[in-house]
Amino acid sequence: MGKATLWGVAAWLAATIVPTLLLSDYHLFQLTMVIVYAIAILGLAILTGFNGQISLGHGAFYAIGAYTTAILMYQYNVPYWATLPVSAIVCAIIGFLIGLPALRLGGLYLALTTFALAVAVPQLLKHNALEPWTGGVQGLVIDKPDPPFGLAMSPDQWLYIFALAAGAVLFLLAWNIVRGRIGRAMMAIRDHSLAAEAMGINIALLKTRTFALSALYTGIAGSLGAIVVQFVAPDSFGIFVSIYFFVGLVVGGVASIGGAIIGGAFIEFVPNIAEKVSKAAPGAVYGVILIAVMFLMPGGVAGFIGSMFARFRRGTKSAELRPIAVGGSGANDVPAGVPGGAEPDAGGHRSM
Amino acid sequence: MPALLEATSLHAGYGETRVLHGIDFAVEQGGVTALLGANGAGKTTTLRAICGMVRTSGQIVLGGERIDGKPTEDIVQRGVAHVPDGRGTFVELTVEENLRLGAYIRKDRAGVSRDFERMFGYFPRLRERYRQQAGTLSGGEQQMLAIARALLLGPKLLLLDEPSFGLAPLIVQEIFDIMHRIREDEGVSILLVEQNASLALEIAEHAYLLETGRIVVSGPAAEIGRDESIRRSYLGY
Amino acid sequence: MEGVLHQVLSGIASGGIYASVALALVMIYQATHHVNFAQGEMATLSTYIALTLINAGLPYWIAFLVTVVVSFILGILIERILMRPMMDAPVLASVGVFIGLLLIINSSTGWMFDYMIKTFPTPFPGGPLLFSGYLSGHELGAFVVTLVVLTAVYLFFRHTKLGLAMRAAAFNPVSSRLVGVRVGWMLALGWGLAAAIGAVGGMMVAPIVYLDPNMMAGILLYAFAGALLGGIDNPLGAVLGGFAVGIIENLAGAYLVGTELKLTVALIIIVAVLVVKPSGLFGRTVLSRV
Repeated sequence: MGKATLWGVAAWLAATIVPTLLLSDYHLFQLTMVIVYAIAILGLAILTGFNGQISLGHGAFYAIGAYTTAILMYQYNVPYWATLPVSAIVCAIIGFLIGLPALRLGGLYLALTTFALAVAVPQLLKHNALEPWTGGVQGLVIDKPDPPFGLAMSPDQWLYIFALAAGAVLFLLAWNIVRGRIGRAMMAIRDHSLAAEAMGINIALLKTRTFALSALYTGIAGSLGAIVVQFVAPDSFGIFVSIYFFVGLVVGGVASIGGAIIGGAFIEFVPNIAEKVSKAAPGAVYGVILIAVMFLMPGGVAGFIGSMFARFRRGTKSAELRPIAVGGSGANDVPAGVPGGAEPDAGGHRSM
Repeated sequence: MPALLEATSLHAGYGETRVLHGIDFAVEQGGVTALLGANGAGKTTTLRAICGMVRTSGQIVLGGERIDGKPTEDIVQRGVAHVPDGRGTFVELTVEENLRLGAYIRKDRAGVSRDFERMFGYFPRLRERYRQQAGTLSGGEQQMLAIARALLLGPKLLLLDEPSFGLAPLIVQEIFDIMHRIREDEGVSILLVEQNASLALEIAEHAYLLETGRIVVSGPAAEIGRDESIRRSYLGY
Repeated sequence: MEGVLHQVLSGIASGGIYASVALALVMIYQATHHVNFAQGEMATLSTYIALTLINAGLPYWIAFLVTVVVSFILGILIERILMRPMMDAPVLASVGVFIGLLLIINSSTGWMFDYMIKTFPTPFPGGPLLFSGYLSGHELGAFVVTLVVLTAVYLFFRHTKLGLAMRAAAFNPVSSRLVGVRVGWMLALGWGLAAAIGAVGGMMVAPIVYLDPNMMAGILLYAFAGALLGGIDNPLGAVLGGFAVGIIENLAGAYLVGTELKLTVALIIIVAVLVVKPSGLFGRTVLSRV
């Protein structure tokens, strides 16, 4: 066992024990939701940050995961933990199917299609034909699972531990995927799809698989969310869920595993604080922050910190850290293939 | 009589790449000045610098007024028309709309319609293609359209970037014949960029020769054309 | 058969509204290659402005005109302040800014006008009265209004110097500058026009769907579908696409899937177009020789 692994295990144990002992049930519930959102945003980060595909509709997969779990628990008495693999598979399959047409779509079209998906989801969930399973507009109420083995703790404490364990596994897995061969291929497609193809990467297959993996993550988050909240209803899965995930992604830094946790904390706590001002405040805060991040630090919070370090190391000019041309008036169109600056020769000027 | 356009120690480039390393040149009132040089010498960049399309340092004076650093639209307002490389055709629009855009900054309707007729005199084919989508024109026709569009501005200074580029010799001859007429009739000063040096020297009074962003030769076109050593070492014919 | 006719007519009526919003989207797309995800919220805000003016006692048509003008100015301001710096930004950044704008407008309307669903007046006589009851007065009126707007926009772009300059700036900004067109201002004007057209769409649809901060979410979806169906770079196509989506939506709602799944119809149209013919039915294929 390496040193890093030891530290990791220690950190995980600390994260398990300390809050469980110190925090009230309500605060633990909030922390659990942070983990849930972090997993959902991680799914989005895999897709958008590492593979360059923009989704504005990941709330749809969150909803599918949540409903899969709720229906299995409510209608078929399946134990809560057993619903997770099922909803992972369901979401991966649906993600794969949606990823197929998405392949042919450039970044903007995919954003548009997924946006449409997210807008349409509540209506689909309310539909009469599905009502025997989904409970229609009313939704489904599910029971809070008790701690296993007669452990002496509250359901909220147990759910926190459970979600943290699930989250740890999923984050570790994502970390390994992104660091590995597949992750490099994903990023190659994001940065230079032509070159990636030339390197023999099967772009179509990898992009659809990435979409499936991303949907799987967000779907599992939906399942956990349903268990924690004990309730699913169509109107809690509107377009704004997708948009909030997107906000969380951008705030945390699109291509950052750790950033997903920052993003999750952001969308859990900021509305709580902002809502004290007004019901409308969270949206406004999100909007302002989103635009500010786009203008000021396109790498998100995590990327911003990273770029600060990079700046110290490399001096001020770090072109690849500033992908957004803020203030470009467009007056100077720089054509490609401009003759390179040849060495000035000492040729004198001959006047006639 | 002072020159219409005068550039002093003009530098220009794209981002980090510097293309012009401090050149001085002038375009006299009336007539044609040619800017010659090999591929990548900085000819196109010089024209772009005059129009404020690239970042520059140094001085550019047009009719006694400094125009360097001004936005392209303002320079155009002061009577500089530019036929860019690649001709800059609005391919989605009709020939008519292309021409109307040429006269965009002008307010004198009567003058504009007179100028339309004069352009059709130079380029009868544009009248035939009047309602056609400009992208469907042949290369030569697009070049004619580009020149007509630029002249409709009623410019003091016309910048022409390689009007012969990619055209069949016969068409090139036709266009240069028309340019001889324009030179006589329009009273516009022309700064002509050409790879085809013999054609350019034939029509120009004065010429500059650019090499890797510096002017290496300047003088009356006829003398440059006669100088064997220049022809061999720079012009390659 | 009469039922079908009824559905087609009222599909055309709502299609006109989708067509307006689709046109607004396409205008911005053509000029900047960005899709304005906040187009719907901008129209909602405009509709609230109209309601405020009407409640303040202004006659409907005065309020209508003032709203159009105010929306136009708001559109220009948004372009100048928010979108100008995003001109050459990557897709993700522009999407981020549009979503941010959507959130800000959505919550400001919620904050200023609360989240209660409100009725919105129509200037047209009520009740089913024309074509022996096939169209309500408002449907017919809305259709005429959108048709007038669309025609005016068409004439503006086809037959005025400014309209020509705006088209030129969208197609070829570099050449446009070289003939003296102030391209930056043309883009801002485009935003203003798009906002004004969207405002008309909002005011025409509000009496049918009622006004709340999320009123336009569904409408925007139909407009997306219409724009894609007609070709997202073709304004005329987008308008026809908007009408087509209106008709398809109504027929499918009545005979195929039921009214509860109308949004899904839009989603299916979007996916189908993108998979089968991404350039849309009337997508532009520009002929160009080099």
